[in-house]
Amino acid sequence: MNHLAVSKTYKLFIGGAFPRSESGRTYQAHDTKGNFIANAALASRKDLRDAVVAARKGYSVWSKATAYNRGQVIYRIAEMLESRRTEFGKLIMISTGGSTKDANAEVDAAVDRLVHYAGWTDKLAAVMGGANPVSSPYFSYSTPEPTGVVGILTPSGSSLLGLVSVITPVITGGNACVVIASEQDPCVAITFAEVVATSDVPAGLINILTGRASELAPHLAAHADVNALDLTGADLELRASLEQAAAETVKRVYVPKGQPDFAAAPGTARLRAFLEIKTVWHPTGALSLSGGTSY
Amino acid sequence: MKWEYSPAPESSAIADINDRYMPFIDGAFKEGSGEDRDTINPGTGEKLSTISTVNAGDIDRAVKAARRAYENVWSTMPGAERGKYLFRIARAIAERSRELAVVETLDNGKPIKETRDFDVPAVAQHFFYHAGWADKLQHLGLGSAPQPLGVAGQVIPWNFPLLMAAWKIAPALAAGNTVVIKPAETTPLSILVLAEIIADADLPPGVVNIITGAGDVGSMLVNHPGIDKVAFTGSTAVGRRIQRELAGTGRKITLELGGKGANIIFEDAAQDQAVEGIINGIFFNQGQVCCAGARLLVQESIADEFIERLKQRVETLRVGDPMDKNTDVGAINSKAQLDRITALINAGIAEGAELWSSSCLLPKNGYYLSPSIFTSATPSMRIAREEIFGPVLTTMTFRTPDEAVTKANNSPYGLSAGVWTEKGSRAMGMAASLRAGVIWDNTFNRFDPAASFGGYKESGFGREGGPSGLAAYLDTDDEAVVR
Repeated sequence: MNHLAVSKTYKLFIGGAFPRSESGRTYQAHDTKGNFIANAALASRKDLRDAVVAARKGYSVWSKATAYNRGQVIYRIAEMLESRRTEFGKLIMISTGGSTKDANAEVDAAVDRLVHYAGWTDKLAAVMGGANPVSSPYFSYSTPEPTGVVGILTPSGSSLLGLVSVITPVITGGNACVVIASEQDPCVAITFAEVVATSDVPAGLINILTGRASELAPHLAAHADVNALDLTGADLELRASLEQAAAETVKRVYVPKGQPDFAAAPGTARLRAFLEIKTVWHPTGALSLSGGTSY
Repeated sequence: MKWEYSPAPESSAIADINDRYMPFIDGAFKEGSGEDRDTINPGTGEKLSTISTVNAGDIDRAVKAARRAYENVWSTMPGAERGKYLFRIARAIAERSRELAVVETLDNGKPIKETRDFDVPAVAQHFFYHAGWADKLQHLGLGSAPQPLGVAGQVIPWNFPLLMAAWKIAPALAAGNTVVIKPAETTPLSILVLAEIIADADLPPGVVNIITGAGDVGSMLVNHPGIDKVAFTGSTAVGRRIQRELAGTGRKITLELGGKGANIIFEDAAQDQAVEGIINGIFFNQGQVCCAGARLLVQESIADEFIERLKQRVETLRVGDPMDKNTDVGAINSKAQLDRITALINAGIAEGAELWSSSCLLPKNGYYLSPSIFTSATPSMRIAREEIFGPVLTTMTFRTPDEAVTKANNSPYGLSAGVWTEKGSRAMGMAASLRAGVIWDNTFNRFDPAASFGGYKESGFGREGGPSGLAAYLDTDDEAVVR
């Protein structure tokens, strides 16, 4: 007798747990030919608010973690993703209709992207900050710090690599995020949440909602406890209205110039977009002025 | 012992103020087509000069001139040559520094001591620092050949008129951009003297264009379709509006907005030094400073004694004629600003805070306020939350370092903070915990072109000064795009 497959219920990922939408709503995900893949949770405004609260908690843990520790956790995500390579390859193939080769190449690129950023955490301060040669008796230094909670609209069309390429630079800088997954690819996004959930990532650091960006994103953009937005996945029409809403609390907004080529080396623009530069001054006193001639 | 001071006035003749000033567009001073405005000396309340302002057509001309200069001259010139122009400007500013200091004090109302010893030297240094970057942009860590953005539209405030002009113009030009800049309507003079220096330096026409007028001119400038980059320093309300108006345009923005800086005094602080630092933090430039230490948080165990000491010191501040070299606290920049400060002081009294003011005598004419301190304030009061932008300190107390951090960070702003303690580990730990762009340990209000400056949260985004300040004027979006 054939084994009857046990299909997965795709839920949301909030605060390290997998709840259904509080609204009880779902929507159907389809492949490129219009065939049913699965039911996905249709997140509500309340789910989004819960996710922001969770992200603030995740931020308070993550932003205090050492750079080395953050790097290890991001590397751990890469390990977990690699171990589920076949599963993701199949999922990508189903949702995009591409070849096995292309799907596997996308998983490999996503793993490599995570490894790339895992090595960034303990270099950001050296590359983007340093000692300031001020012309007065002070020791002054500038150092990058995380912006806080970042709202992300993930791109469609590159379901896993796009997702990983927008989330990872945000957490590499020490930020937490609330992700509105591409409406077409909820299964890849929530399966990636399973990877995150088993990678020693603090609860709430990455929260993933599935549903309609047009419904959720305006609330994300207007939320006063969200510090920044990545609008990579927002279409042009939505983009302007979200930027307007973001202006009310002076959020930082990252908008790529075109459709990003996620297969290319990522550069640093996404890291910089969600980092604040802090400058600290400390007096060095009379010794710093006389010390050079005293011996 | 009673100390007496004899007046030591600087000569206003050194400023050689003209009867009339004109906008500087495409390398020439030409009459604008807007309505004339008077600029007032806030130290006396009397008219200083008449300013010709621009209209939409003049703005268009300025933007087009900047575009031509960008495409034909400035963006194609080797960085080393651009740098030499900036070095030249830096030197000429130093040469005319006494004149610039007097012009600034007459037009702004800040003490001559400050314009002479801080504003103008900092302006020359800012140009000198950025001059050196012009041929070293590839070393910024922004890629091997970072590109300028094009024409920058810049709007600056009245509190540091010439210094803000330098903060905007120097990095923009070093990075290869050209600019159209608008000073505040109450303080247009010093930047128009800078225009003379720029013209004397033979800077190619159109690289720097200075347009005059009020907020409507600034709004037209930042919304002009020929602008590639917008840089604004001013209130959070206007910054928010600019960000909203530019939504969806893809135009790069930097905003340096308001603040409500916390100045935190621990019981182990060197109290005499702390008193001096607090005074510098809130009475420097009459408190009209976005990064002012406006909220004093004193540890409860020393609060009564410390605030008494602070009041005694504030009593000795010399308040009055900005042109007097003895003056510590000068004039408020305008009648409108004086009214705004007074309204917030009244709100503080109405909400139950206790107001103490220096007993100093104020001049009869001009716009003056006695240095003031609110005690028994609570975090929910308007005087503890809103930017007063005047010589008014709001004091509160705390018991533990954690409480100090929580109270300091309890603000939509995040521009500056100060920490006073003799314990090094606590100073460093506090510096890391405070959510603000600039942290001063055992000092306050220190600035240097080599040290970046800018805010967290609703104090704005982007930096000015240092390597990160240049990033604001370069194309740093090094993410490849498919289309």
